[in-house]
Amino acid sequence: MAVTALYDYQYPAADTQDKFHGNQLLFVGWDDHFLFVAPLAFSVPPSTKFSDLVEKNLTFAYGRHADWAKIDFSKVTWLKSGKPFQPDFNKTLAEQGIKHKDALRLQTPGLNGNGTCF
Amino acid sequence: MDMQATKKKLGLKEKYAHMTRGLDWETTYQPKEKVFPQATFEGIKVHDWDKWEDPFRLTMDAYWKYQAEKERKLYAVLDAFAQNNGHLGITDARYLSAVKLFLTGISPLEYMAHRGFAAAGRNFPGVGPRVACLMQSIDEVRHAQTQIHALSNYNKFYEGFHAGASHQIERLWYLSVPKSFFDDAFSAGPFEWMIAIGFSFEYVLTNLLFVPFMSGAAYNGDMATVTFGFSAQSDEARHMTLGLECIKFMLEQDPDNLPIVQKWIDKWAWRGIRVLSLVSTMMDYMLPKRVMSWKEAWEIYFEQNGGALFNDLAKYGIKVPDCIAQCTVDKEHQSHQLWLTLCTHSHAMGLHTWLPDAEEMDWLSAKYPNTFDKYYRPRFDELRERADKGERFFANTLPMLCQVCQIPMLFTEPDDPTKICYRESEFQGEKYHTCSDGCKHIFDDEPEKYIQAWLPVYQLYQGNCWPEGTDPTAEGFNPVAKYLEWCHIDAKDTGDYEGSSDQENFAAWRGVATQNV
Repeated sequence: MAVTALYDYQYPAADTQDKFHGNQLLFVGWDDHFLFVAPLAFSVPPSTKFSDLVEKNLTFAYGRHADWAKIDFSKVTWLKSGKPFQPDFNKTLAEQGIKHKDALRLQTPGLNGNGTCF
Repeated sequence: MDMQATKKKLGLKEKYAHMTRGLDWETTYQPKEKVFPQATFEGIKVHDWDKWEDPFRLTMDAYWKYQAEKERKLYAVLDAFAQNNGHLGITDARYLSAVKLFLTGISPLEYMAHRGFAAAGRNFPGVGPRVACLMQSIDEVRHAQTQIHALSNYNKFYEGFHAGASHQIERLWYLSVPKSFFDDAFSAGPFEWMIAIGFSFEYVLTNLLFVPFMSGAAYNGDMATVTFGFSAQSDEARHMTLGLECIKFMLEQDPDNLPIVQKWIDKWAWRGIRVLSLVSTMMDYMLPKRVMSWKEAWEIYFEQNGGALFNDLAKYGIKVPDCIAQCTVDKEHQSHQLWLTLCTHSHAMGLHTWLPDAEEMDWLSAKYPNTFDKYYRPRFDELRERADKGERFFANTLPMLCQVCQIPMLFTEPDDPTKICYRESEFQGEKYHTCSDGCKHIFDDEPEKYIQAWLPVYQLYQGNCWPEGTDPTAEGFNPVAKYLEWCHIDAKDTGDYEGSSDQENFAAWRGVATQNV
């Protein structure tokens, strides 16, 4: 439904990809780990390899949690827009269709902050 | 001997009639719809503006008299507070974090309310709402002034008060939450403004803000805040009545108005509740001497008082907003989830945070027997353990934000407090994320409005939140440090309360005040 207004109400979106100087926004949440209270926002080039995203960006953000080093990435589950997603670690974000403002969720069964989800 | 009056004095009603006489003039050289273009575009049908009567019928001479009396009392108390070093009489300088949040978050909203009611008064063709909006507009600017005056005493002695109400409201990530609420309301038409501010803000928010929080100020020895709170609260009763009368007027004028009013009530109840989550942390965590839990305050001031209000509106066909079911779940969780967020992000705030001590956690456990020990105590224990090792945890990456309420996506699913609530929408090929069914519903109804949201994290990533001349390609560039510089936040203003200059100074000054040194 359109905004009720006195005139034709059209304004540009504030966060389109062209405003990020060649980068894209990517959101990543790690389920059952509330030391990080909300999913995180990253600004990364679409040419980022998924392995680099995990080893650099996500390790920088999540690496201070003891569970992070214990993750076996061959056994984790990823969700994209709430649906199962199998990332290819050797491909870039763009190559596997991870678009601007996509939200990924990392699920690591068995690793849940010692049962406290923290 | 008294002079014999020749004529009977006018009663208040007659005085009011004289004051408003002729204010609803007919236009002559321009059509009325061009002079009042905002009176119709929202779809609200009004057949007789004379049916709207200001229940207070306050005349100017009475208004000046009441407000002048209150001002005299307020400034006498503030003067006494300043002369007697009242700032040393508070329980603990931790309490001042709540005051800082109030100064930076709420006082600018008072000013926005002043502007908004002036605009609404200009745009309503009827005399009653026009005059009532004028009075409220004057009240609101007075509230902004008295709050800043009351709090300026603290600014002489403590960190973090220097730029909140003017500079930081446009910039700080957590202040974008209340600011976006008012920007959303101000960019709507005058009738929606009345629901947003006259109803949601004045009813839902100010009851919970001014009544229990001002009691909190009294419990913690802050007489400056108590005094401006009482001064403002006596106006709030009149403001609430204006909002409610406006709703009733719309509903009585035409049956076609009902679905429009219901939609606005649903929207603004949820937006108000999300803003209130900041107040929940004030009640549960930021008052060293607590008055009541957030959950208790919610039950009294919203569930009981708000419930009575909706019973009153039921005869017009108004239903309780669906989001209230969610609030019943949230009242157990929101203060804890939000305080954990503030604690792990307070290196980028204009106030201090701290981890609750054992006695405080026992209080929280008693007030939240269903949830605190199960979900939140272990988290505070872990943070405490890290802090004791000298590793106080602060997030090093910026959070994802809700497109509507602008709060980090920290709230959990209605049926599972261990799972973050993710909601997603698509509009014109772009993805948008919201924190709840309530915010998603608001986004989907008017996506054109919310796609423009100024979301601090994403603006920072676009390079819009640094001082002029900043080179983000320079070696060792630290975007968060530059962001804080742009917000005029100094290292002394942020981080943990333990070891802060506020803590150190308060202890030293109080020591001097109570010892013969």
